[in-house]
Amino acid sequence: MTSHEGENLPEKRPGSGELTADPVSDPGLPAHTWRPTDVDARAEKRAERQIAAMFGLSAVCTVLFVVSYFTLEIGEVTTTIGGLGASTVALGLSLAGALLFIGIGIIQWARKLMADHEMIEMRHPASSSPEDREATVAALNTGIEESGIGRRPLVRNSLLGALGVLALPVPVVLLRDLGPLPGDALTKTIWSEGMRVVRDVTGTPIRAQDLQVGDLVNAEPAAIFETDEEGEPLVEGVELHVAKSKAAVVLVRMEPDDIVHGEGREDWAVDGILCYSKICTHVGCPISLYERTTHHVLCPCHQSTFDLADSARVVFGPAARPLPQLPLAVDSEGYLVAQSDFDEPVGPSYWERDSR
Amino acid sequence: MRFLNRSAGRISRHRRGPLAGLLVLLLGLLLTGGLYTVFAPAQADTTASNEELVQEGRELFLVNCSFCHGQNGEGVRTVDGNQLGPSLVGVGAAAVDFQVGTGRMPMAQPGQQAPRKKPTFSDEETAAMAAFVASLGPGPAIPDESDYSIEGLSAEEREEAIVRGGQIFLTNCTACHNFTGSGGAMPRGGYAPRILDVEPRYVYEALLTGPQSMPNFSNGNLTPEEKRDVIAYLESLRDDPNYGGFGMGGLGPVAEGMFAWIVGLGILVGFAVWIAAHSTRSKKEKVEA
Repeated sequence: MTSHEGENLPEKRPGSGELTADPVSDPGLPAHTWRPTDVDARAEKRAERQIAAMFGLSAVCTVLFVVSYFTLEIGEVTTTIGGLGASTVALGLSLAGALLFIGIGIIQWARKLMADHEMIEMRHPASSSPEDREATVAALNTGIEESGIGRRPLVRNSLLGALGVLALPVPVVLLRDLGPLPGDALTKTIWSEGMRVVRDVTGTPIRAQDLQVGDLVNAEPAAIFETDEEGEPLVEGVELHVAKSKAAVVLVRMEPDDIVHGEGREDWAVDGILCYSKICTHVGCPISLYERTTHHVLCPCHQSTFDLADSARVVFGPAARPLPQLPLAVDSEGYLVAQSDFDEPVGPSYWERDSR
Repeated sequence: MRFLNRSAGRISRHRRGPLAGLLVLLLGLLLTGGLYTVFAPAQADTTASNEELVQEGRELFLVNCSFCHGQNGEGVRTVDGNQLGPSLVGVGAAAVDFQVGTGRMPMAQPGQQAPRKKPTFSDEETAAMAAFVASLGPGPAIPDESDYSIEGLSAEEREEAIVRGGQIFLTNCTACHNFTGSGGAMPRGGYAPRILDVEPRYVYEALLTGPQSMPNFSNGNLTPEEKRDVIAYLESLRDDPNYGGFGMGGLGPVAEGMFAWIVGLGILVGFAVWIAAHSTRSKKEKVEA
């Protein structure tokens, strides 16, 4: 780099050791041309009238807005103006006009009438002047001298100590949210052995024989709908929402021949009825966009697709692992129950989770 | 009271006669025989017409449906194992009424989506084909209007039905059909249709039979009352006030955001460029006053 430096610079004037002051002559700014409104008084008057007319039109639009607000019926009038509604169209157009004409007027004003000359502002150093800097340093030194911070170590050190201790609450408060550790909250849900699978919303239990091939049931664990003797819900508030969001399942019935049972999952289905977590393993959207013909369930958030006939294997999309399957059984009354909780954590992956 | 007592007295006076018993027996026989002759042929007629209906339906089926669904509705598989037309055994009259009544069947061409179009067959022809398919195996029947109407309910019960139906709708239907019932995209180019303007009968039948890719919501899944409530909720959505303007499909923030960013900002940028590109200058010199 250094060897090339100066190649493009003009040659030094022999013996002087100085560069020529201005190797390329400054072309300067092009000659100023005037606008018609600058040179023609009539054009100027006309522009003035135009601008005033724009502002006037804006005022007219505003008045129209107020008038149509009070005169045109709001609501069920979809027969007027091609189904758009007279009130909607009138309000929209008049307000748009009111704003637009002010804008046009101001731009016209700026371009036709306001000052039209080139302005040059020279660059200057960003630092303050040496006098200002000296004055500031002097004032600072006077302050240090008068406060006696160098002469009174007791005051200085106790102040520093107090400030140091004051910093202590910052990490305490900020890091408090890191604990307590979640324990088994990430791996366990409210499902347990023998808990009935019930319909979401109504909370009614589901008899295996009542479902037909092709049925899809959005279901929840019975514990969510349980009440005590006084009819008060056993799980409520935040707890209910957490339990519900983790334990939501979809129940599908398909031809038993279509099912490819996962290893060790041969007895998890009841007559072709399968149960999977409804929470997508990608980022946890609830999914029930199910196609009975392909047995695929699709997550609308990022298009992860799971094959429910094949242990909810991921067939498309960003999800890294299948939907957890809930082992099903039938109780003595013929209702569907869970054999146990999910055997793996539901929802998105996290650091401590074994990847499988 | 007096009249009844008097007639009772008159009958007992007749019964004193020697031939009274015989007369009563004869009258009884005559009445039974007469009633039989009136009603028996009528019953015979209905069975015959049902058989005729099935026969008529079978003929229509053979001509219009059997190419994909097989001559006995057993379904047709292509050589590479794909289903050309599924088996219709056990789909019931409701499925035929839905598919043919909404014009989805016969399909214009095989594909991912069977769009709703103008029905090809008249109501009578649809009913005949429905009777034929129903005869193939037990399946859901065409629902009666009383199954999905909330006419008979009190105002309070209606309100309750709509609220419950809304919750069931939001849990079971919105994944595909959108929370306003305006439909949405499905895998491989398919779509879940807009269901806001669909006749209640067809909504009920779709729930019962699960047309195309849709899972079904049989009576063991959603009870008939719950289906009725969902329909009541859909009807109530239709009654929502329409404030006019461009709905843009009611698909939510994506469609509206696209419009605002592309059309709205596009116009602003275009306007700004146009303003900057146009400037008039005069060749005249300014005369200082």
